[in-house]
Amino acid sequence: MQPELVDTRTPDPKKFIQGATGDWEIIIGLEVHAQVSSKAKLFSGASAEYGGEPNDHVSLVDAAMPGMLPVINKYCVEQAVRTGLGLNAKINNYSVFDRKNYFYPDLPQGYQISQFKQPIVGEGIVTINPTPEEDIEIGIERLHLEQDAGKSIHDLHPTMSFVDLNRSGVALMEIVSKPDMRSADEAKAYVTKIRTIVRYLGTCDGNMEEGSMRADVNVSVRKPGGEFGTRCEIKNVNSIRFMGQAIEYEARRQVDIIEDGGTIDQETRLFDAKKGQTRSMRSKEEAHDYRYFPDPDLLPLEFEQSWVDEIAATLPELPDAKKNRLMTDFGLAAYDAEILIAEPKSALFFEDVAEGRDGKIAANWVINELFGRLNKEGVDIADSPVSARQLGAIIDLIGEKTISGKIGKQLFEIVWTEGGDPHQIVEDRGMKQVTDTGAIEAVIDEVIAANPEKAEQVKEKPGMVGWFVGQVMKASGGKANPQTVNEMLRKKLT
Amino acid sequence: MSVDQNTVRKIASLSRIKVEEEDLPRLEGELNTILKWIEMLQEVDTEGVEPMTSAVHMEMKKRDDVVNRGGMAAEIVANAPATEDHFFMVPKVIE
Repeated sequence: MQPELVDTRTPDPKKFIQGATGDWEIIIGLEVHAQVSSKAKLFSGASAEYGGEPNDHVSLVDAAMPGMLPVINKYCVEQAVRTGLGLNAKINNYSVFDRKNYFYPDLPQGYQISQFKQPIVGEGIVTINPTPEEDIEIGIERLHLEQDAGKSIHDLHPTMSFVDLNRSGVALMEIVSKPDMRSADEAKAYVTKIRTIVRYLGTCDGNMEEGSMRADVNVSVRKPGGEFGTRCEIKNVNSIRFMGQAIEYEARRQVDIIEDGGTIDQETRLFDAKKGQTRSMRSKEEAHDYRYFPDPDLLPLEFEQSWVDEIAATLPELPDAKKNRLMTDFGLAAYDAEILIAEPKSALFFEDVAEGRDGKIAANWVINELFGRLNKEGVDIADSPVSARQLGAIIDLIGEKTISGKIGKQLFEIVWTEGGDPHQIVEDRGMKQVTDTGAIEAVIDEVIAANPEKAEQVKEKPGMVGWFVGQVMKASGGKANPQTVNEMLRKKLT
Repeated sequence: MSVDQNTVRKIASLSRIKVEEEDLPRLEGELNTILKWIEMLQEVDTEGVEPMTSAVHMEMKKRDDVVNRGGMAAEIVANAPATEDHFFMVPKVIE
C-alpha cells in the first residue's frame, strides 16, 4: 500500500550530492524488520529461538500441514504495542491480518500472514541525531505484525536447495518510516535509534548478525526541493555499515542514469557487500503482485485501551529521556550522553559508576578507559572484567588523592587482568601517592645531584622543569604527587 | 469488471496452476460469470455497515507465550519427496 508522500524536510545543502548538472537530494525511506523477542512463534507453540537443529523448531502449523489453524501469541501482540508506544505512535485497538501471497520453497503456506490495510500501530515519530548538533524528527508510517519465512541454503548440494523452517512463523515487526531521510548518515542514525529503542523496550534484541533486525531501503533522487523521483528498493540489508554503502552507491547510480538522459525503473535490488554495489533482482516482474486479502483463519485483533494503558505504565525510561537526564543531572555533553545511552547495559553501568560521584569524571572513565578497552578486546559490557563497583572505587581513590591519575590507570589495568578490590590492591602493592614532602624532597635532591648541568640550564629555561618532574615521577614509581613535585622543584631550581 | 485471456493466464501463473491454451476461453467465461455475480452483489448499499468477520461476534483466541510444540523434525519432513539431515530438499532456487 503506497501512502501519500509528504515532504516534511527543508532541503539542506549539507546533505546534497553533486552531479554533473548540479546538486541532487537523496530521499530515503526504510522498512525495518525486527524480530519480536518471545519464546514461541507468532501463531504456533514452536520455539522462536535462533538456530536449532534443522526443522526442530517447527510445529505442524509452521509446516502448513492441512487443517492446521493459526492461534496468535498474546505476548507478541503486547510486544508490538510496547514498541508502538516507544515510537510515540498511535496504537490501533482494532487491526486485521491479511494474506500476502507468493510462492517460495521456504514459505510452505504459499502466503505470509501479515497486516496490510489495518496495521496494529499507526503513525509515530522518532528523533535522530546524525551529529550532536542535529535533532531531526523522522516520521513512522506504521508498524505491523507478520510472520518470518524459513531459510533456504543453496550451497549444500549441486542441484538442490535445502530448506529449514525453524524461522518460519517467527513474529516480526515491520516498522515502516516515512520518506523523511536525506542522507546515508541519517538512515544509519535512524536504524541505530530504532535498534536502541527496541533494546530498551526488550521487544527485539536488535542483533543484525543473526538476522533478528534487517532493513529494506527505498532510495530515490531529485533536484533539491523538486518532485519525488522513482524509487528503488534495496532488499535485506543486514548491517548498518552496508546500508550506508548501499545508499551511497544507489544514489550515485540513479544520478548518473538521469544525467545521461535515462529514467529510473522502479525495481527491487540487492546489495552485494563484496563489490559494494547494488544489482537488479532477476525475478522482479511478478514480485509485487501479492494479492492481499483478509486471512479467513483469523478474526480481527481487538483489545481494550485499558490493556494498552497497562503496558504504557510499564515502559522503561527511553533513550531520549535518559539522554536528557544524563545531560541535566550529570552535566554531560550531548556527544558523551549519546555514547552512554546507545545500549541499555552501557547506560546502566554508567549510572552505577556515577552514583554519588562526579558525572563527568565517571563518563570519562567509562567511555575512554572502559569502552576503549572493551572495544579493543571485543568484550561485551555484560562480561566486563571491571565492574561498576570496582571502577567507582578507582575513581574514589583518585578523587581523594590516595593515588595519582596515572597510577589510577595502572590500577585499572591490574583490576582488568587480575580482578580484586582496588582499595586492597593499592594497600598491598604500596601504590599510594607519596605526599610526604620529606620523602619527595629526598628523591628530588637525588635527581638534581645526578644532573647538575641540566639544573643549571633550568635557570635560563624555566620550561626545562618539566623534564625534572618527569624524572622525579619516574624515580618515585609514579607515586609522588605531581603537583607537589612541581612546586618543590620550582622552588629549588629557580 | 471483466477479465481477458491474458489476465486469466497471469492469474494461473501467479497461482502456479498449469492451464493449457485451449482451456483459456472457457476459464475466461467462467471467471467473468463469477465477476458479474459479484457486480450484482456490489449494487447493495453497504454504507455504514461494518464488514462481517464472523457469523457471531467472537473475540480472537489468544495463546500464552509458551513453547509446547516442535522437536518433531522427522515427522515434519516425513512426507517430503526428498530430505537429508531433516532438511527439505527442493530443486535449486537461487537469485
